[in-house]
Amino acid sequence: METGADRGGDGRRPILELRDVDTHYGPIQILKDVTIEIYPGEIVCLLGGNASGKTTTLKTILGYVEPSHGAVFLDGEEISGLPTQERVRRGISMVPENRRLFKRMTVRENLEMGAYLRDDREGIEEDMERVFELFPRVKDRLNQRAGTLSGGEQQMVAVGRALMARPKVLLMDEPSMGLAPVLVAQNFEIIEQIHEQGTTVFVVEQNANMALSIADRGYVLQTGQIVLADTASALLENPEMKKAYLGELE
Amino acid sequence: MAQTVDARQALPERELVPSPPVDLGAAVKWGLIAGMTAVFVSAIGMVQAFEVRSVVVGVDLGYLVLFGAALVFGYAAARPGEQLEGFLAPERGVRNVAAGLIAGLVGGAVLWLFVLLIGAVDIRSVFPSVSPQLRDLLTFGRGAGFAAAALIGGFGLVGALGGGIPVLPERIRAPLVNALAWVLAFGLFEDLFAQIFRGAKVPFLEDLLYQPGGGLSLVGALIVFVLFFAVYLSTASRRETVRSRIATMSPSERRRWVGVGLVVAIVILAVLPQILGNFLSEVFDLAGIFLMMALGLNIVVGYAGLLDLGYVAFFAVGAYTTAVLTSPGSPRWSPEMTFVAALPFIVLAAAMAGIMVGTPVLRMRGDYLAIVTLGFGEIARLLFLSDWLKPYFGGAQGILQIPPLELGPLTFRSSLDFFYPIYAFVLVFAYVSWALQNSRIGRGWMAMREDEPVAEVMGVDVVKAKLTAFVIGAILASFGGALFAHKIGSVFPHSFQILVSIVVLVIIIVGGIGSIPGVVVGALILVGAPELLREFAEFRYLIYGVLLIFMMLKKPEGFIPSRQRARELHQEEMMQDAWLRKEEEAAAAAGS
Repeated sequence: METGADRGGDGRRPILELRDVDTHYGPIQILKDVTIEIYPGEIVCLLGGNASGKTTTLKTILGYVEPSHGAVFLDGEEISGLPTQERVRRGISMVPENRRLFKRMTVRENLEMGAYLRDDREGIEEDMERVFELFPRVKDRLNQRAGTLSGGEQQMVAVGRALMARPKVLLMDEPSMGLAPVLVAQNFEIIEQIHEQGTTVFVVEQNANMALSIADRGYVLQTGQIVLADTASALLENPEMKKAYLGELE
Repeated sequence: MAQTVDARQALPERELVPSPPVDLGAAVKWGLIAGMTAVFVSAIGMVQAFEVRSVVVGVDLGYLVLFGAALVFGYAAARPGEQLEGFLAPERGVRNVAAGLIAGLVGGAVLWLFVLLIGAVDIRSVFPSVSPQLRDLLTFGRGAGFAAAALIGGFGLVGALGGGIPVLPERIRAPLVNALAWVLAFGLFEDLFAQIFRGAKVPFLEDLLYQPGGGLSLVGALIVFVLFFAVYLSTASRRETVRSRIATMSPSERRRWVGVGLVVAIVILAVLPQILGNFLSEVFDLAGIFLMMALGLNIVVGYAGLLDLGYVAFFAVGAYTTAVLTSPGSPRWSPEMTFVAALPFIVLAAAMAGIMVGTPVLRMRGDYLAIVTLGFGEIARLLFLSDWLKPYFGGAQGILQIPPLELGPLTFRSSLDFFYPIYAFVLVFAYVSWALQNSRIGRGWMAMREDEPVAEVMGVDVVKAKLTAFVIGAILASFGGALFAHKIGSVFPHSFQILVSIVVLVIIIVGGIGSIPGVVVGALILVGAPELLREFAEFRYLIYGVLLIFMMLKKPEGFIPSRQRARELHQEEMMQDAWLRKEEEAAAAAGS
């Protein structure tokens, strides 16, 4: 078994690591030498514009595509090469872009789908209670069809569904996409909330300001390469960042 | 005094406006549709074909269909529109009856014009059914003048009756319509009811209800009508409480009732063939074989959402595997096994067929999947028909001499005998379907049907889930095929036409996709009923088509939608009500 390197400086091991990853679609290279490390308890964001390779990074983590070079590690074990459901079983869970609830199933069934691979009835019940504590409104809507919920409620269910897998790391794909500003803010509050409960979060986002306001660290992806990697506060002050992503005029 | 103002009082009340009255102009349109329908069923020969069956007091099915058009479209013309917000409940009265009358008169006039047309021009080269006999039928044998009066007057009268239905108070309307439907059913399914009376040793009921020449007698019609009207009227309020009680039942309680229902069903199934006799058992056998297939396809289409139009392939594989393994007449190789010995091989062959069809279509969805599976269904039939495989499967000559079904010491020969193994398997498969629905793989299927990529992120192995669905579906169909082969005693490629796939699909759509009781009802209605109404045979697929269009427009969830959906909807309503009550209470508290 290969072991992830201790590059955190303080002897910690990354919970999720992409090491020197190249990803190709046929002859076209999408990701070039991408290295990302996420440590337990962190919120890390991956920023980048359209076609920068954000989605491919997520696909590489989940196993929809395999890296042509490099590898993906979860908690020190290599997971590249494993089928998607095995990666989910080992502790990766995702809140998809635009929430993507099972609209014709009830809220309860949606939450139960999150725990699809788990067999521990009691643990599932416990996690269900945890989700209710986080989002009391979800409890009131348990037997309603997911498609009838408001946008904000759907986001809660989507996050709750992902948490039901008891993930080691939670991936969030564009949580601000297509939402009204109020809901975007609410969304990032949700992320902070679950982070406070000890969940490690990896946010992939175009809205750099919003993401950096809650993240510990950030990576900036440009045409498939990591061009910047720093703490969130440093990135917010970085002049290049300000010009390119934070929409600040000089 | 509190300073708070009741929010509802602060807002001006909106005056409710009367709903627009029934549109009499639209009634003309409905009349035209009624007329065209009547002309259509006449021109394709339905009226003549149905003339031979007397339904009620000498009225034959042909006239019933003809005037039925006036009734249905008269009702359609008179039905009040939806009550919109801000409007008073629509008025029901003379205007509705008038609308029905107009629709009927217009429809009758259209049909009369058709009578004039076929009197003047011979269009038999295009419509062979438009014969002088048809004209006699439509003119009641008395010439065009009488026809004008009879058709327009009759249609108008019947249309007005149809228009009168919405006018009746709700309390009477439902029992009335249901009782009439029962009268119709007793008339149409005379064979079935008469046989049941004879089988149940109460033959005097047959003499009481039916006339010697066929059809219900006047007394019989009245008895049936009064009986069912009374039953529906007296149980109307109780049915509502029973329904709400079922909705609020706890799962354990519900399971107990399902158990009771199951025992009752088994007892009925055990006794039924003895009452039905050989001929009617045959009808139920056929329905049972289709029911088996429908339960299988329900898993593939209903649960997993994979639209398979080539389902007949698995039916054929089951039948041919059985034939080869059990028949001494198998061309190349005939091990002459018993059904029990052949069973594992049948299951194996079906599973392999399921994987063979499932694997290449793993990445396909929706329309593409449907088209490819359609092709597979035809390929299977053509392979069995081909010269290439003729040494094994006998080509167009098929395989004969399949022995009767043997299960241990029991031998099943007649249709009456076959009823038991067929429905025993049906019960087992219904249970399997039910268990699968509530299993992990069942939930995986449902999630996959809703959103495949997201299901994958939840950890559903979609490749495995799809193949499992195909394989289980294939096995269920192959059992149908195996029993079919034993029952008929021979298999031919032409038994496995694409129509079989389509009939099975229509069964589950009409019954209610994903719903086991729906599938049962669908199979009995769509396969059983046409066998009893042999006059329908020619028009069977026409009626399927009409039924399918109607269902898609008016009731896309099917006759008996899956309970889960119904429950969800119901709970949604209850929760909204609860919320409204809370709001009102809060408002009342604030106001005091």
